[in-house]
Amino acid sequence: MPLEVLDASPLTTIQDLGRFGYQRFGVPASGAMDAFALRAANELVGNKQSEAGIEIGLSDASFVASDPCLIAVTGAGFELRVNDRPMNLWTTIYARKGWEIKILKTSEVLGAWAYLGIGGGVTVKEVLGSRSTYLRGRFGGFEGRALEAGDVIPIRESSLNIERAGRTLPQDKRPHYEEKMIEIILGPQDDHFAHETIQIFLSSEYEITPTSDRMGYRLHGSPLTHRGSPDIISDGLARGAIQIPANGQPILMMSDHATTGGYPKIAAVVSADIPIVAQRLFVGAGLAPAQRGQPQNRQPQGLPLRFRQTPIESAQERYRVMMMNLKRIVEPEENFYFS
Amino acid sequence: MPSATRYQPLGDSALNIPFGDQIDPEINQRVHAFADLIQHEPLNGIGECVPTYCSLLVHYDPLQLSYQEIIEWLKAKSEITNYQLPVPSSRLIEIPTRYDGEDLEFVTQHNHLSIEEVIRIHSETEYRVYMMGFTPGFAYMGKLDSKIVTPRLDSPRQLVKAGSVGIAGEQAGIYPIDSPGGWRLIGRTEVKLFDLDRDPPFLFAPNDRVKFVPV
Repeated sequence: MPLEVLDASPLTTIQDLGRFGYQRFGVPASGAMDAFALRAANELVGNKQSEAGIEIGLSDASFVASDPCLIAVTGAGFELRVNDRPMNLWTTIYARKGWEIKILKTSEVLGAWAYLGIGGGVTVKEVLGSRSTYLRGRFGGFEGRALEAGDVIPIRESSLNIERAGRTLPQDKRPHYEEKMIEIILGPQDDHFAHETIQIFLSSEYEITPTSDRMGYRLHGSPLTHRGSPDIISDGLARGAIQIPANGQPILMMSDHATTGGYPKIAAVVSADIPIVAQRLFVGAGLAPAQRGQPQNRQPQGLPLRFRQTPIESAQERYRVMMMNLKRIVEPEENFYFS
Repeated sequence: MPSATRYQPLGDSALNIPFGDQIDPEINQRVHAFADLIQHEPLNGIGECVPTYCSLLVHYDPLQLSYQEIIEWLKAKSEITNYQLPVPSSRLIEIPTRYDGEDLEFVTQHNHLSIEEVIRIHSETEYRVYMMGFTPGFAYMGKLDSKIVTPRLDSPRQLVKAGSVGIAGEQAGIYPIDSPGGWRLIGRTEVKLFDLDRDPPFLFAPNDRVKFVPV
């Protein structure tokens, strides 16, 4: 049951939860920027959470299915139209053969990534055990590149459980994408910064600059000065780690981050908040179609980030609760209408 | 067994374990030995280990393992004194190298040596892969003989071709793919460091031994 791409933003790629086991060879983990949203899209269409889906980044994409199927679109900042009718996000939708699935970037304030889950899952060839796309390495996903109009994406045949249609993950079970405070764990190189500098880090507002991408979000705010050298002997990196290079502006590691690096890390964002940080709009990015053609000085103003320290135990507990929410999908209300 | 003195959280799903604070073969050996010990009989929830110059990053799944649990387990592992690294503990990989790099002249002048001497010194040393990173298949090798240590470029080249053999400070390396780069280029190899059509795709692994062979 292939899915055809009608149109895709330059940051539309196939992703699963990531490529694990090869970081010691320099291969980034890649995977969905908002892994919770991908897992939810999979749950809604009856897939295992680890199935590959389509990540749509920063602007619109549209697809058409060659057979009837179940789909779900999750994420933040987007709207969904199926066969030209507006449909809810975070909801299982029954799409008939030939119906156009349009995923539109509409919010100027919040959101960067949408996830299209399809019943059966995307079945492009695995590379090093994963279907995630590593753009810089040009491998994985669909021929190692972003999707383009005309691409035909293989989908696994699966039974169509039409009674699933209309199920939804309630709002209160989704991440609080509008939350401004992001929780972090200090270290490992927090001792490279004076106490006062750490206080600046924990009390400043940071915005995500346009030079951000799937490797990392470059933040801008009050610069953070180092106690001594701005370099360290290269050590390991993880998603969520916040490096501070010589210019004092933080770089937040995201899905395609390099596996090792030589800048001190002041802190790392906790697992439960990675989806929230991922969905922060880049300043200047993701203009909705209605805004294109307007004067260039009209920049979308995304919500800034602020960082708050938290004990590891609470962070891990929050993450467990968040992951359990994925099982709290509810049946459709009686008046839910689909055709 | 190497005493890992501290366990530093990197967020809530990774731990950094430092073994020292300089680029040194003995410190690096302890990193590899501990990585090996952890992966020998890993606890459920332990993910991959990434060895670097003087520390080890251990990824774990906080849904299966709490911070306390992983610390306790690692402490117990670090007390094991009779663990033998599997033999052979590392492979020797030879890299046929044509010494005709753009910066070879600079390296000779910087170190007051002839081209023949630079080639001899570079190729006589047996290097260790301290760690891999930067790009898939890129191996950080060391240590360069002090007689040919040369600082990297002031600003990187826009394009360094795949297969370029370079040096930077005390490190030796080979660029696996075309990329920008700041290392001093002294030669080239046809060998592919990263090839998805090959099994295994990576030529090097952490802790391998390497020699460059002039051709």
